[in-house]
Amino acid sequence: MSAKRYSWGRYPRYPQTLRPVSWRDEVPVALNDTARAGTTTLPWGNGRSYGDSCLAASDRVLAMGGLRRVMSVDWDAGILRAEAGVTLADILALAIPHGWFLPVTPGTQFVTLGGAVANDVHGKNHHRRGTFGAHIRRFALQRSDSGLHVCDANADPALFSATIGGLGLTGVILWVELQLMPVTSSFLDVVSTRFGDLPEFFVLSEALDEAHEYGVAWIDCLARGRTLGRGIYMAANHADDTRLAAPSKRKLAVPLTPPVSLINGLTLRAFNALYYGRHKEKTRTYVSDHDRFFYPLDGILHWNRIYGPHGFQQYQCVIPTAAAHDGISAILAAIADSGTGSFLAVLKRCGDMPSPGLLSFPMAGTSLALDFPESKANQRLFPRLDAIVREAGGRLYAAKDAHMSGEDFRAAYPTWTDVEALRDPVLLSRFWQRVIRS
Amino acid sequence: MSNIVIFGATSAIAGACARLWAVQGARFHLVARQAERLEQMRADLLARGAADVEVTVADLADCAGHAALVGTIVRHLTHIDIALIAHGVLPDQAACEASAEETLRQLDINALSVISLLTLLANVMATRGSGTLAVISSVAGDRGRGSNYVYGAAKAAVTAFCDGLRARLFKRGVHVLTVKPGFVDTPMTAGLPLPAPLVASPEKVASDIVAATATRRNTLYTPWFWRGVMAVIRLVPEGLFKRMKL
Ligand SMILES: Cc1cc2nc3c(=O)[nH]c(=O)nc-3n(C[C@H](O)[C@H](O)[C@H](O)COP(=O)(O)OP(=O)(O)OC[C@H]3O[C@@H](n4cnc5c(N)ncnc54)[C@H](O)[C@@H]3O)c2cc1C
Ligand SMILES: NC(=O)c1ccc[n+]([C@@H]2O[C@H](COP(=O)([O-])OP(=O)(O)OC[C@H]3O[C@@H](n4cnc5c(N)ncnc54)[C@H](OP(=O)(O)O)[C@@H]3O)[C@@H](O)[C@H]2O)c1
Repeated sequence: MSAKRYSWGRYPRYPQTLRPVSWRDEVPVALNDTARAGTTTLPWGNGRSYGDSCLAASDRVLAMGGLRRVMSVDWDAGILRAEAGVTLADILALAIPHGWFLPVTPGTQFVTLGGAVANDVHGKNHHRRGTFGAHIRRFALQRSDSGLHVCDANADPALFSATIGGLGLTGVILWVELQLMPVTSSFLDVVSTRFGDLPEFFVLSEALDEAHEYGVAWIDCLARGRTLGRGIYMAANHADDTRLAAPSKRKLAVPLTPPVSLINGLTLRAFNALYYGRHKEKTRTYVSDHDRFFYPLDGILHWNRIYGPHGFQQYQCVIPTAAAHDGISAILAAIADSGTGSFLAVLKRCGDMPSPGLLSFPMAGTSLALDFPESKANQRLFPRLDAIVREAGGRLYAAKDAHMSGEDFRAAYPTWTDVEALRDPVLLSRFWQRVIRS
Repeated sequence: MSNIVIFGATSAIAGACARLWAVQGARFHLVARQAERLEQMRADLLARGAADVEVTVADLADCAGHAALVGTIVRHLTHIDIALIAHGVLPDQAACEASAEETLRQLDINALSVISLLTLLANVMATRGSGTLAVISSVAGDRGRGSNYVYGAAKAAVTAFCDGLRARLFKRGVHVLTVKPGFVDTPMTAGLPLPAPLVASPEKVASDIVAATATRRNTLYTPWFWRGVMAVIRLVPEGLFKRMKL
């Protein structure tokens, strides 16, 4: 097939040519071919990373989506072994009727197991369960130079920790064995609370996270001054109503890319005011199905197209606890000042559970994520934000990044040298090329 | 719970169909020529809810073995609710043009082996008076094209055979579904310069096939727009068609 693919932000615009694999034994063949041709490649999951960490330096990727078979499953113990191209949506559909759930899920279910490991993704329960990598029992890694490795924390521990959050550089993950989480219901009891400013967010998250499996806040990033950092805090636990249903859902889709971005100051202001203003009461409680709670954006397929042909960037940073309040307010002020930003400003407290991965993004502190339509303004704003993050001892998330400087990356992730030492010689991303050289 | 046999089970389209049927708790008999891949499918389908999966390794080009093969399948499944015939090869047209032997080999696997299996399965199903034969033909069988007519001729034979078989078996309670996919993103088409907007995923095609099997459609174009596309292509006068590069 000749379709070219971009990363989720559709920026930077390097169209990727896909070489699909359908069976596990085709992976070593593809790696050999790449080595013999003297070039490089990169595993491609489902392209849900925003920037250039899922783009191959050669612009030729190994598409893993055809490896979507479950290999074994133990519904008594909740242990599932599946090929790397199996999506989280697939796993939920299988597991929920048996009373199991993903222990960690990002804000979209359309990511693959391989991608979830390679970015060591986190979710709304990071304060309780840590990252995805913390729930991996073992995985198989195919390398061009040393063949097949079955890695766990004891066998091949160096490769195990370099691969979790390893950005697809240490080899091609063939399958993953995951420990699922038991649940009483796939529905959630949600408490959503309106907060007027940033200090109130910290008070709320302190109070609510303790008693809730999930916690996340939405921030009106266009509010300034007195209302800077106002938003809505959502905390939730699985209900105990024993309903285990993967809801069937109708999906809307953005069929094509509009010629200009539909996200501009005006639509944003209207959207944010509406969202916050509609939340009349201080606190609301309701029951939500897991789809709506975890994946509100998955209901609109290809929503990334609304940003138009130039695409967009997501800025996601985490600021360590001690500096969190000051750092996040400085960032929000700088963004409000710039008049750009999006309806997707997400604030989340990260816990202190260490991840097994070397390059994992989360740290104990507070993470902020929001989208920016691609424009010159970002080139002025991002360095300002980067300076605040650097000052506060925080870091940026590679899965979302298309801009951070090599210097910032290497300072924030000093173990990058260990990953580089274990990198498969035929695997290289545009991101890696950018941050270890520049 | 349905009893389903799939020929060419390791095909991407067939695999996607099987995953959908597995969720419904189907019992499977899978036939393909690569044992290890069949084992991987077996594990997958069982994990997804299949009640039972049996596999048989066979090269379907060997038509002499078909009677015994169908016998094995019937012994396992007792009766067959759905037989999906999915195996196929996209010929190297240039090689076919250069060699009559190669052309016949391609017709063997894409047409004769399918017709052979259909003949045997039709009788098994007719005796019982139930069952659905779902056969993957192709839009390529709707009109021979200069660039791909060996494949097109094979699929045209399958389509015409199915038309007749459907009329014969209708009176016996057996249904025949002819599936005509357009371009599908599978190993068969990997590396071909296909127009990306017209290429469907095997999952999309599979969900159409599974639905059409349940509702007993006669002919399924998948995705749906190929019905219109092929209607237009069939209307082009031959005098013009032979001048076109298609
Ligand atoms: C709407 C939305 C919400 C999101 N929310 C969150 C969130 O809450 N938390 C979070 O952490 N992330 C979040 N993300 C980011 C997303 O979870 C990650 O980028 C994820 O890694 C994407 O997975 P993918 O399968 O699409 O992989 P890709 O984006 O295709 O690839 C990601 C990386 O994985 C590598 N890779 C893929 N497959 C393999 C393999 N088989 N072997 C080795 N390496 C492989 C690639 O080389 C690449 O480096 C979100 C993304 C979107 C679009
Ligand atoms: N992809 C398209 O665009 C498209 C369009 C229209 C119609 N179709 C039809 O759809 C069907 C499925 O194809 P697909 O697209 O899913 O491609 P695919 O994944 O390549 O599947 C083809 C399958 O046929 C099997 N096969 C070939 N020769 C065989 C033999 N002698 N004995 C046993 N099995 C044999 C192959 O097995 P091995 O792996 O062992 O070779 C393979 O599993 C085919 O009939 C094809 O003609 C496809």
